[in-house]
Amino acid sequence: MDLDYGPEYDQFRAEVRDFIARNRHLAPRSSGRAARPSPEAVAWQTLLIGHGYTARTIPHEYGGYGAEPDILKSRIIAEEFARAGAPGGLSNQGISMLVPTLLELGTEEQKRLWIPSTLRGEIVWCQGYSEPGAGSDLAALRTSAREESGHFIINGQKIWTSTAKQADMIFCLVRTELDAPKHAGISYLIFSMDTPGIEVRPLRTMTGHAEFNETFFTDVRVPVDQIVGERGQGWSVANATLGHERGMLGDPDALENRLLALVRLMQEERIGAARVMDDLVLRDRLVGLQAEVAAMKCNGMRILSNQLKGEPGGMAKLVVKLQSCELAHQISALAIDAMGELGILYGGGERERDGGAWQWNYMFQLGLIIGGGTAQIQKNIIAERGLNMPREPRPKVSRPAVRKEVA
Amino acid sequence: MDFGLSPEQEMLKDAVARCLAETCPLDHVRACADAGTAVSEAVGAALSTMGLTGLMIPEAHGGLGLPLLDAVVVAEELGRAVAPVPFLARSALAPLAMTLAGSNEQQARWLPLIASGDARFGVAISGIVERRDGSTVRADGNGLSGTALLALDFEGASHFVVADDAGRLHVIDADADGVEPVPLKTIDVTRGTGELRLSGARCESLSDDGGSAARRLRDAGRVLLAADSLGAADAMIAKAVAYAGEREQFGRVIGSFQAVKHMCAEMAARHEPCRALVWYAAHAFDAMPDEAALSACHAKSLTGEVHRFVARTATEVHGGMGFTDLLGLHYWFKRIGFDRQVLGGPERVRAEAAHLQGWATVAA
Repeated sequence: MDLDYGPEYDQFRAEVRDFIARNRHLAPRSSGRAARPSPEAVAWQTLLIGHGYTARTIPHEYGGYGAEPDILKSRIIAEEFARAGAPGGLSNQGISMLVPTLLELGTEEQKRLWIPSTLRGEIVWCQGYSEPGAGSDLAALRTSAREESGHFIINGQKIWTSTAKQADMIFCLVRTELDAPKHAGISYLIFSMDTPGIEVRPLRTMTGHAEFNETFFTDVRVPVDQIVGERGQGWSVANATLGHERGMLGDPDALENRLLALVRLMQEERIGAARVMDDLVLRDRLVGLQAEVAAMKCNGMRILSNQLKGEPGGMAKLVVKLQSCELAHQISALAIDAMGELGILYGGGERERDGGAWQWNYMFQLGLIIGGGTAQIQKNIIAERGLNMPREPRPKVSRPAVRKEVA
Repeated sequence: MDFGLSPEQEMLKDAVARCLAETCPLDHVRACADAGTAVSEAVGAALSTMGLTGLMIPEAHGGLGLPLLDAVVVAEELGRAVAPVPFLARSALAPLAMTLAGSNEQQARWLPLIASGDARFGVAISGIVERRDGSTVRADGNGLSGTALLALDFEGASHFVVADDAGRLHVIDADADGVEPVPLKTIDVTRGTGELRLSGARCESLSDDGGSAARRLRDAGRVLLAADSLGAADAMIAKAVAYAGEREQFGRVIGSFQAVKHMCAEMAARHEPCRALVWYAAHAFDAMPDEAALSACHAKSLTGEVHRFVARTATEVHGGMGFTDLLGLHYWFKRIGFDRQVLGGPERVRAEAAHLQGWATVAA
């Protein structure tokens, strides 16, 4: 057991810390997660790339910093920006999901065309995966793309397309081989959201906001060369990026920040003259959550250590999405309970705490428990891949997802 | 940066596991239980050959001089095997009491005896966690008087380390005048537990340090109980998964039903992060004194909660068979129950954790 990163890394950490101290006045006020980055956010992104604090290992010719992968340095950067409360680089689905996919499977032309502009925040992407009839069973998707004179003609509907309203481009899973078994008939296309035939309708959620959209395609024409990977191999192309999405949902530093905010809330709130922190039941729940957050932090260090040794993440990694999303939800739930009757306030007003963030989080985090692979799918993965338990029996023949109409 | 066990610790783990696989199969655990003993001579002798009685004793005094994390590795394997053998108090807490609060002369006298197995210690410090049934241990010119309610590794002990009400540690001889050792029947027949009724018992006092050594013992004890629980829960999950892969109903192995599969996944998901937390708590005890007490609380309370869930869920996966004595699953169930309660259940420990962080305006 050795928690020291060593002198080379201590030096690196000092550099990062110094950079943040000298430059944080340039950091954008709005979060890097805003759909369309502000000019300040783009300038900040450019500054960070120039120092290798984001897009660190992406090759220079594609607009990145071009450093050799170094897990500890990446970890130090994340830790220091989180500790300082300074925004890291832009964080959106284009950068977190499309860029790694193109790096792995894109053509040289695709890489040059899309990666630099995406990293600079000029191109905003949305993800077209889920459909009303294809959620957990994503491979059952039915949005079709038939080839006609050098184009795919796309018809169908996607759902959960966050940022579709603002997006310039979409990376999208479509069914190109109608006769193939369902996993083998999918292709991964990228195309402009300005293409005629695309309609985006905001999808209001239980939070009262439209964090997502439904996107409809009617005879949308996309040149056949705007495919990533081969025809019919879209399933494996997409799976390369689903791992990146789940990794984003289990950050222990984020959990710790939420917990610290909850501690502050419970120290500030009063019931009569007494601090909420002195309520034995609520405080007991708080310490219980603190122990769980500590366990997830330690689990994260264990995963990091395994990565350094080139060992697989194993069970420690498989449980992260399920446990972290549940824990985040419970932290928000306790915050609402700590506010007592005033926990119901939402949607504005002077008595509302933290701009209603706790209620919004409580609802949105339930969405995160469901999204990105539901809790039930996560349990299947843990049982089947982690514990080697048998799969649910499936029909013997995998039928095409779309049956040909009988004339 | 290396978060986890060292290659030497992995070797220790494998060696203890192999030793217990040979000497301590379930039949042996059952035989000891039927014979009414929690001290298996065979297992004890095998572990002693590996030097485990002196695991935490400095090399100068005849031990291996290893830190708590190594003891955690051993405790986890003992829990996995539900081994009826004294370890926690005898080989970890008693030597710690000597190194933390014994004079040079006391260390030189006692530690070699503990390492060789000639002095076999139990430890009774429950009074500093919470006093039940009005129990109290007073030290005065006449020696120790009162009742130390829970003495760990009680069976077969030749001596005890006892904490008085002020938290000072004392050594007593089990056979001394004024010492009445009374065995307690508990759920866990793999641990020999008892109480000490003291009336002017002659004692040898360790340093009057305001209770700091006793608190260190409590922290180490919590981490080791958490580690024991970790091993026992690991075994229960493995047994549940194996059973679900063999047992057939409705023409399928029950492990292919999501209802059963998800029970196993939930156990694994809640259990796995506990492992890293217990390692961290042991490392904090060894190397980060500011974090040691809080980390021990977290490890103890979280394993207490998670492994109660594991114990009942793994039993349920076995259906009716889990409830019988035939599979012996209850040995693990009860071991986990013991680990949860002793040296503070989750609520008690969380209250202390809040106090440690200055969150409580009223003392815990």
